[in-house]
Amino acid sequence: MKDVSFGQYYPVKSFVHNMDPRLKLLFLIAYIVAIFLARNFYGLAACLVVLLLAIAFSRVPILKVLRAIRGVLFLVLFTAVINAFFRTGETVYWQYGILCVSKEGIVFSAFLVCRLILLVTCSSMLTYTTTPVSLTDGIESLLKPLTWIKIPVHILADVMSIALRMIPVLMEETERIRSAQKARGGDIEGGGLIKKIRAVVPILVPLILSAFRRADELGDAMDARCYMASKKRTKYKKLRFTWRDLIGFFVGAALITGVVLFNVYEAFLWLPV
Amino acid sequence: MKALEFRNVSFSYGKDAFAIRNLNFSVEEGEFVAVLGHNGSGKSTLARLSDGLLEADGGEIFALGMPVEQKNLYEVRKNVGIVFQNPDNQAVASIVEDDVAFGAENVGLPREEIGKRIDFALKAVGMETHRHATISRLSGGQKQRVAIAGVLALKPKVMILDESTAMLDPRGRREITDVVLRLNKEEHITVVLITHFLEEALLADRAVVMNKGEIVMEGTPADIFSRHEELLTYNLALPRIGQICKGLREGGIPVGDTLDVEKLAEEIAQCVSSRSI
Amino acid sequence: MRIVAEHLSYTYNPKSPFAVKALDDVTLTIEEGEFFGIIGHTGSGKSTFVQHLNGLIRLPASKKRRPKRPKAKKGRPAPPATVLTVGEFDLSSKKTDFRALRKRVGMVFQYPEYQLFAETVKEDVAYGLKNFSDKKLTPAETEAAVRAALEIVGLDYGEVAEKSPFDLSGGQKRRVAIAGVIVTKPEVLILDEPAAGLDPLGKREVMELLHRLHREWCKTVVIVSHDMDEIAENCTRAAVFSEGRVVYALPPASLFKMTDELLALGLDIPLTAKLCAALKERGIEVDCDFTVEDLIRKVVALKGENA
Repeated sequence: MKDVSFGQYYPVKSFVHNMDPRLKLLFLIAYIVAIFLARNFYGLAACLVVLLLAIAFSRVPILKVLRAIRGVLFLVLFTAVINAFFRTGETVYWQYGILCVSKEGIVFSAFLVCRLILLVTCSSMLTYTTTPVSLTDGIESLLKPLTWIKIPVHILADVMSIALRMIPVLMEETERIRSAQKARGGDIEGGGLIKKIRAVVPILVPLILSAFRRADELGDAMDARCYMASKKRTKYKKLRFTWRDLIGFFVGAALITGVVLFNVYEAFLWLPV
Repeated sequence: MKALEFRNVSFSYGKDAFAIRNLNFSVEEGEFVAVLGHNGSGKSTLARLSDGLLEADGGEIFALGMPVEQKNLYEVRKNVGIVFQNPDNQAVASIVEDDVAFGAENVGLPREEIGKRIDFALKAVGMETHRHATISRLSGGQKQRVAIAGVLALKPKVMILDESTAMLDPRGRREITDVVLRLNKEEHITVVLITHFLEEALLADRAVVMNKGEIVMEGTPADIFSRHEELLTYNLALPRIGQICKGLREGGIPVGDTLDVEKLAEEIAQCVSSRSI
Repeated sequence: MRIVAEHLSYTYNPKSPFAVKALDDVTLTIEEGEFFGIIGHTGSGKSTFVQHLNGLIRLPASKKRRPKRPKAKKGRPAPPATVLTVGEFDLSSKKTDFRALRKRVGMVFQYPEYQLFAETVKEDVAYGLKNFSDKKLTPAETEAAVRAALEIVGLDYGEVAEKSPFDLSGGQKRRVAIAGVIVTKPEVLILDEPAAGLDPLGKREVMELLHRLHREWCKTVVIVSHDMDEIAENCTRAAVFSEGRVVYALPPASLFKMTDELLALGLDIPLTAKLCAALKERGIEVDCDFTVEDLIRKVVALKGENA
């Protein structure tokens, strides 16, 4: 059987994998703030050290982590080019109309590229080390306070969890329909854009019909198991904060605070006071 | 008290012909009833009506004495569970134990109790070693057993299997029928097994045959199988063993109608080898 | 078209934590004109194998170029080369025209009715026809081909052609889906579980349809099935897949004599084989080909002899 794995979860056991998903989510947010506070390459280097530590403790191969950048390569290059060519500065190397290559422009675009790569890598670290299921649990738990302002967090969480569980099913289905139409000579590889769009219809129509049929049946199955959105439900799985998480919290918090302070301090040096 | 009771029930999906017509049907508590019929005979509608997923156009339906109507639905569904046809379209969670917990969470049971229910349900269907498995990687038979466990976690008194074996391979089908039979005998759960495989009806105490929304035959499984010609008129094929019994009789070997291979072999042996040794 | 596979291996998601070896050194020949059965559990590699046959899964091209491969290790012979041919098509070559291959090797997937998409039955059946024809077909040509395809699967052209495929009954939908594959008159027709999910009568009708196609349109028919009775009654030969390997490839009459071996693989045996085994325990040897008719005939004959 073809194993349709999705997302990027990298199944090994590690300290980072075992960490409470809420903690990882909060760390990610704090870390992103730290990245944005960095004003120069020293600041980014400090951030990089923390990231490398996290990667080392997650036992995800570094090449695998770097592969995440591939997906946003276009964005990275685009940013680099735009900033390198459209930013003027004191030391201008070349100028043509509004195009301008300057020393400051190149430095700044390199800085942006590094920042972007750090952002992508740290976010993908979360998905490498956290299963989609526990990520949902984490998000639900963090959003809990929103129930106070009458936002139905548990329904949102149910929707997310069902969507996650249907993804492998629908991916397998897409693959099967695509193969079946390919066997009938309908191929989305090759041909011009119009031809491609036309070739997608025989895949899309059965897929949408199937999704509706499945939704209908799943709805019945949920009804039959007493699902009533208005009723109060209990939850079997509760995220629990363990001693490991406590260690993780202190180590992570110390590192990130360090980077933040460093960047704030650096910023003062950088800014002409 | 009757586990299920249909009094003069009719139902149609729109203006076309009736899916169920003036149906009178009941199931005793603890009974194992097989509902047979070809595709489109109305047998799945029967399941959905029992649980209030569909509302009857006419007549009355009772589940464990309660009228199946809007205000009772919660109680009815707690007590009448349904396992559906497609193994891929029933699970709400990705992991086995989370899915089994779903029903129990819905009725607001405390955590410890849910844990106990999961233990019980997974053990009952023989899936306790797969508790943390990812559902999408299980076989069809295993997925259906998880679906049964999900229903069992609510501790229902009645379980309806709506063609739950139709999409499975022979091994998966046997897994399900084994589990269902055990639930009926050991846990005393009333079972309504809806199927188009006559072989599966053999397990039941009683079998009914549906055609065009009506019950057209009723009796013990053995009794139903012996009425070959009638079964054929309702588009139900004789199981292979029935074909063999019939063929042998026509060839002059007097065997009775049976669904048991060993028994048939015994009868053949007596007839064929009595003079040969 | 003769199908030849030698030393065929395939791994899904190679070099990842999810790597699954689906085929492991499979060698199998299917002769032209056979009604061939493929048996095995889910995950035994049977689906992967049949998907190779019309190029839906391709042999990794790099494999042939890898310099290590042909070199013999010390004291051991060189690993044998992978061969996969269907008629004159060499599927291990990159230059193969896969479109031409797919036109001649039809493939019906499990629950094919879920792949219907067009507004009318006619359009849906014509889809493959249009894709595979090199010139633009006239409406008359298209209609003639669609009519023939619908008629051989047992549907009335006048009645269903203009209907939406979604308004048909389950059995009819499946026939339309099969018509959509055979409309190009493939020489080899491969079907994955063609009778799955149907009621017993529907199953019988589908098998009858396949025999009709085998007689009149498609020289070779290959079915993948879990149902041993179906294999025993319909196939000229059957291959048993287990854990990515072909364990047996025999006519049903000899295959199902190996009751114990099949049960040990966790596979079922046909009811007729069960009955023969039960009779054998009682000292009665019935040498039949495991079809219901032959079994009855042989048992009745046995009684005649003894009388």
